[in-house]
Amino acid sequence: MSAPLTSLDRPNSYIGRSVPRPNAKRLLAGRGRYVSDLRLPRMLHAAFLRSPHAHAKIISIDIEQARALEGVHLVATGADLAKICTPWTGTLDHFKGMTSAPQLPLPLDRVVWAGQAVVAVVAETRAIAEDALELIEVEYEDLLVVVDIDCAREVGTPLVNPGSANNVCFRSQLDSGGVDDVFASAAHVVEEEFSFGRHTAVTLEPRAIVADYDPGSEMLTVHHGTQTPYQFQDLYSRHYGIPEARVRVIATDIGGSFGMKLHVYHEDMAVVGLSILLGRPVKYVADRIESFVSDIHARDHRVRARIALDAKGEILAMDVHDLTAIGAFSTYPRTSVVEGNQVIRLIGAPYRFKNYRAALEVIFQNKVQTSQYRAVGHPIACAVTERLVDMAAAKVGLDPFAIRERNVIADDAYPQTSPTGYRFEALSHQECLRRLHAMMDYDALRAEQADLRKRGVYRGIGIATFVEITNPSPAFYGVGGARISSQDGAIVSLTPTGEVRCLISVTEQGQGTEAIISQIVADQLGLAQEHVKVITGDTEVTPHGGATWACRGAGIGGETALQATRVLKRNILEIAALILQEQPAALDIIDGEVVDAATRQQRLPISEIARIAYFRSDTLPPGTQAQLTVSHHFAPQGYPFAFTNGIQGCSLEVDVETGFIKLLKHFVVEDCGRIINPMLVDEQLRGGVVQGLGAALFEECRYSDTGQLINGSLADYLVPMAMEMPDIVIAHVETPTADTALGAKGCGEAGTAAASACVLNAVNDALTPFGATISTIPITPAKILKALKRF
Amino acid sequence: MKPRAFSYFRADTIDQALNAHARAGDDARFIAGGQSLVPALSLRLQAPRLLIDIAHIADLRGIRREGDTLRIGALTRHCEMLSEPLIAEFAPLLRAAAPFVAHPAIRNRGTFGGSVALADPASEFPAMTLALGAEIEIAGPSGSRRVKADDFFIDLFETALQPGELITAVHVPLFRSGQRFAFDELARRRGDYALVGCGILASHTGDRIDDIRIAFFSVGNTPTRVKGAEAALTGFTFDAARIAAAQAALEDDLAPPESDEVPPAMRLHLARVLLGRLLGRLGEGA
Ligand SMILES: Cc1cc2nc3c(=O)[nH]c(=O)nc-3n(C[C@H](O)[C@H](O)[C@H](O)COP(=O)(O)OP(=O)(O)OC[C@H]3O[C@@H](n4cnc5c(N)ncnc54)[C@H](O)[C@@H]3O)c2cc1C
Repeated sequence: MSAPLTSLDRPNSYIGRSVPRPNAKRLLAGRGRYVSDLRLPRMLHAAFLRSPHAHAKIISIDIEQARALEGVHLVATGADLAKICTPWTGTLDHFKGMTSAPQLPLPLDRVVWAGQAVVAVVAETRAIAEDALELIEVEYEDLLVVVDIDCAREVGTPLVNPGSANNVCFRSQLDSGGVDDVFASAAHVVEEEFSFGRHTAVTLEPRAIVADYDPGSEMLTVHHGTQTPYQFQDLYSRHYGIPEARVRVIATDIGGSFGMKLHVYHEDMAVVGLSILLGRPVKYVADRIESFVSDIHARDHRVRARIALDAKGEILAMDVHDLTAIGAFSTYPRTSVVEGNQVIRLIGAPYRFKNYRAALEVIFQNKVQTSQYRAVGHPIACAVTERLVDMAAAKVGLDPFAIRERNVIADDAYPQTSPTGYRFEALSHQECLRRLHAMMDYDALRAEQADLRKRGVYRGIGIATFVEITNPSPAFYGVGGARISSQDGAIVSLTPTGEVRCLISVTEQGQGTEAIISQIVADQLGLAQEHVKVITGDTEVTPHGGATWACRGAGIGGETALQATRVLKRNILEIAALILQEQPAALDIIDGEVVDAATRQQRLPISEIARIAYFRSDTLPPGTQAQLTVSHHFAPQGYPFAFTNGIQGCSLEVDVETGFIKLLKHFVVEDCGRIINPMLVDEQLRGGVVQGLGAALFEECRYSDTGQLINGSLADYLVPMAMEMPDIVIAHVETPTADTALGAKGCGEAGTAAASACVLNAVNDALTPFGATISTIPITPAKILKALKRF
Repeated sequence: MKPRAFSYFRADTIDQALNAHARAGDDARFIAGGQSLVPALSLRLQAPRLLIDIAHIADLRGIRREGDTLRIGALTRHCEMLSEPLIAEFAPLLRAAAPFVAHPAIRNRGTFGGSVALADPASEFPAMTLALGAEIEIAGPSGSRRVKADDFFIDLFETALQPGELITAVHVPLFRSGQRFAFDELARRRGDYALVGCGILASHTGDRIDDIRIAFFSVGNTPTRVKGAEAALTGFTFDAARIAAAQAALEDDLAPPESDEVPPAMRLHLARVLLGRLLGRLGEGA
């Protein structure tokens, strides 16, 4: 797809150039300023006593000994914090009928998962605080534990939330009609039940917060390793009753987030309260063991799905039931039902068919809460769809590429609306399929596979088509009543020396937000990138905006910066025109010089304009007021979401004696619209793929019957590591969105969306000669050996 | 995740270390590389009052030939197993196992003596001392002694080492011509503790196996020699039937523990596969 060329396509444009991240050297040199590193004067440290039970009544809490320990400043229970913090509830209005119990920083009388924080200690050091934890005695009375999802749904089962009728959080249905009839008459039907393990984000830097309440100015400053400082400014203000303007949230360097760092955590809320109670800064950094039992988890879905095809292999209908368990609460403020909601809406999305029916059931249980984590719902929807398509291909007798070519929505058929109601502006499935086929050298791979099979080597090839939701409008959260912004704001200034400062609401967690914003500003103004300084992540300084989640930084934040810079450029040229006695339209800016737009002849450096405007305004015509600071907001309009698309492929080898899988190579063809920095896009894709491969092969939070997380450490919870990762080859198709001048869509979740589906298909492909199949993720050696009946 | 407060004493000699331990009693721990002890302290699984740092004791260092054996000092670091020519020449099985022990950062600090003293049943080196027929040299309040590796590993994290005793070195018979070795393990990720692992040292006359020592790790409470499998091979050659017999013998040799991720039957299966592959390799080396 080739859109008409614009100024963004100029040969010397910063858009589309792999410039390094301006902050990379600083971080590499160990000069990052992470909340974990922060030390404030008079700062104290918090630690939390956690529940050893998954479900229990709190009978009594004895804190006297802990309180008496030298160096301890405060021991606080749920009751202490409930006096100053109002409860929160993780529901949203657009999820009709959903329920969730109110939550407080620390529980009053009941614990609902093993690892839940129960008592907080604040002391001179973290070590003393942990010593004090050992002196606290909590008497519990065990309650019946709800762990297993089937158990949780049984009539008469114990309730996670006493007083509720059952353990259902939310139910939802989609039905385009006619599904039963299509299935009844279809030439081919395939059906499978899939399950997807719980997993968690495992950021390099765990959650970290320093809350600093100053009773003198009644001002709360929170240094918070979060993706969404504005959201937390609003929440701390409302739940602690402090006017918004007196709450400042600073999110500087953050060691990874992946969606995990935008939810309300009980400890974080508690730390704010502890600082208010003490009038001193209080720091809390989750350690790795705590992270495993208190960070949000994700996935944990069981999906039964079937697909109907005609005799030629054309997809006619899909019918889906998704069951998911989310822990004891729905997470605040984004809820824990979004993943399920996206699963049932994304299934089948790349394909052209009309009849679709889906049901979603979201269930409470006594585990830590789940919520949004990189590629929310996508990997599940993609794996279900793509595995069914592969199974259908085998049944119809088509090659995996052929069945997809037959069924994807044609590149020239847009706009389109999916049977689940998603509107697609323009996607490029056909082009991506063609590119992947060539890139994989597919026919050669198949020939090699056949050869090796004869020698007892079992290779598998898998492909998976996907779409990704990016650039969300208020349709995502705003309409449900959440005070989560989908717009962004930027303040762009020309400094007195002729450089540019850009304060912007999107935030940086290591993905290069600041790099691409500086590229856009430099490009739009006509300035070298090193003269653009980008500042993010401080609610006192940067304008209110959505910040970073759901793949929106480039698409929405980038457009905000673009529009703001265009206004600044206009203002600069107006002053330049007055000085040069020209029409603004006759002038342009290139490399920091005002030039004649037609001849490119240099007229005046912009530093000179800045000098005159700031220091010699007396030399400008009377009545002139130079506006060299521009503030600008941009909210997405047009399509509710900018969908992207792509396809991944992988080649792997299964050792059928040991059940071990060796990933050989991974391929991605991806279309995220306008690419601002190809290097950063590729690294997003690679990182995303690796996270998806982790899900496919390694990652799973495993629980005992009594609701104990049994692999909650990095020794036992396996994350993907470099030695096991294959080379990841990437190619791009560019279909810019016409909803913005920039044309960029998101790319941060695309890698994760389809990687696990690809592996699932490839493993099943490898196992074909044995008639064995796998339909659960992660795919462990045990599962493979079981499927092969080796033990 | 902070350890409870402890005192620290840096010993410069073996006697200083032993005396410090004797004075402190049960509340003291030796610390060598700290790669297992420090995590245990941080998790408060252990909370000794006193740490006795043995990492600077010169007599615990160094690798040298002593007659028919190689004396490997307790402080020999995992990374030295990879780099020391004496190890490569005279204890190549240790050289072969070393890359599978953890990751470079841990190998730079973790010590051979610490690994053997800890006796983690999933660790590579303790099992290799069995395969090698090594002897553990121990210093204690009542003098020095040597314990055969075969008698050293008693139960889960339990060894012949008495409280307050120090491993000073491990003696390994020199690798000689007519011997073959093989090592491999099945781990989910490189550097992880293995689901099952195995090291073999075999002595031959021509193709005939005169003696073979096969040691598994990650198969039970201790590193385990599989004597049934050894017997199935001794006096024979590495032909398919003997390999199958050795694999079959594992059923009696091993009793893998219950585990949620690797059921006993699966571990046994993996042990058989691994043994088959290693014996196959040894046979090819003939
Ligand atoms: C992430 C990670 C991965 C790892 N993976 C592996 C692996 O794959 N395979 C593996 O084998 N190991 C692994 N280890 C453990 C590592 O090899 C340790 O270094 C080793 O087990 C202990 O050696 P150390 O010198 O660090 O002992 P320390 O941690 O200092 O001590 C361990 C114990 O041994 C005692 N001790 C130490 N030296 C002596 C001595 N000379 N005499 C008597 N007692 C002594 C100490 O008192 C303590 O009780 C891993 C460790 C980590 C942190």
